Amino acid sequence: MNKAKAELLVGFFVLLTVAALMLLALRVANQNLSTEGETYTLYAKFDNIGSLRARSAVKVGGVTVGRVLSISLDEEDFSPVVKLSISSEHSGFPETSSVSVLTAGLLGEQYLGLQPGFSIDGIDNLGDGDYIQDTKSALVLEDLIGQFLFNDKGE
Amino acid sequence: MLRFVQSVGASVIETIATIGRAGLMLAGALFALPTLQNMRLTIKQIYVVGVQSLLIIIVSGLFIGMVMALQGYTILVGYGAEGSLGPLVALSLLRELGPVVTALLFAGRAGSALTAEIGLMKATEQLSSLEMMAVDPLRRVVAPRFWAGVMSMPMLAIIFSAIGILGGYLVGVDWLGVDSGSYWSVMQASVEWNVDVMNGVIKSIVFALVVTWIAIFKGFDAVPTSEGISAATTQTVVYASLAVLGLDFILTALMFGIQ
Repeated sequence: MNKAKAELLVGFFVLLTVAALMLLALRVANQNLSTEGETYTLYAKFDNIGSLRARSAVKVGGVTVGRVLSISLDEEDFSPVVKLSISSEHSGFPETSSVSVLTAGLLGEQYLGLQPGFSIDGIDNLGDGDYIQDTKSALVLEDLIGQFLFNDKGE
Repeated sequence: MLRFVQSVGASVIETIATIGRAGLMLAGALFALPTLQNMRLTIKQIYVVGVQSLLIIIVSGLFIGMVMALQGYTILVGYGAEGSLGPLVALSLLRELGPVVTALLFAGRAGSALTAEIGLMKATEQLSSLEMMAVDPLRRVVAPRFWAGVMSMPMLAIIFSAIGILGGYLVGVDWLGVDSGSYWSVMQASVEWNVDVMNGVIKSIVFALVVTWIAIFKGFDAVPTSEGISAATTQTVVYASLAVLGLDFILTALMFGIQ
């Protein structure tokens, strides 16, 4: 094995590694939609967020427009406050928009569904740091069963 | 009784002395960074330990990815969740199997060869001859092999994971009929570059340091007889494999355990 051939094969080895890394970067790992580029921050206060986590998706009609940045508990009324980071490409949601905690599929992970509201004169758009007023909490299975049993007794 | 106490003492001193020699050798190899002069030597060693391990890495990566897709599919299809095959294959390869199996194969394929080579150099007094000619064997022999191992193994682990994911695609999508779009998109939704890919690479760098260190030290410290070299080669494979498995648990607990 002469030296030049060994060096050539090492070169191919390095290129193969770069190709594998490219595959991992482009096809396998997510491209961090909301952490790249400009974003703005919105807040939403829920009664119950279910199993929502930081980095859960925020979707409008199934299209991901942002991610959950962090979840904290309000010190005054002990309700969870969710901090959302929305891509600046998708701005101009009216103040009447609502968010709800939804589940992908029957057993899938939970995400936030943003439902754009109506827009008429006198209603501003949601800007950086605004609270979304209209929120719907996660469905908790135990509550649902409890409700069902209660209704059953009533009849 | 006294003889027993003496033998305990002797073995403790011997263990500590071995650790000390291993540390000194590691320090010598670490500070002999590849310079322009011995860059050529390092590249030649990358050819020996890296390129020549490529075939076994590619074949095992392909088959492990294919087997995981096959096994995962039979479980997941019962829940109608065969769309999650992508993240199952990708996460287990990137986080665990890629770095660990690569390190085990590397210990067997390249580590044992390094030990035998350096051990035989010692037995035939080539290392002493180098010292006679005022050439530092740590710089000339040990450092290029050490750095070649440390550089090659993470590259092999990345190739292993990528090939395994393609193998999973081959079985999952082309044979079992999982939707191609959901294989990639569900994978993208759950694999994160900073967490999963980078921690896998960090793991394999740690394994590379440990396996190469053990392999080279065992050769450098071998009893210069044919029996000594054979024992050193066996110990390299055993110690390196155990160290990789133990370290993997600790690293996994640190990286993914507490969230």
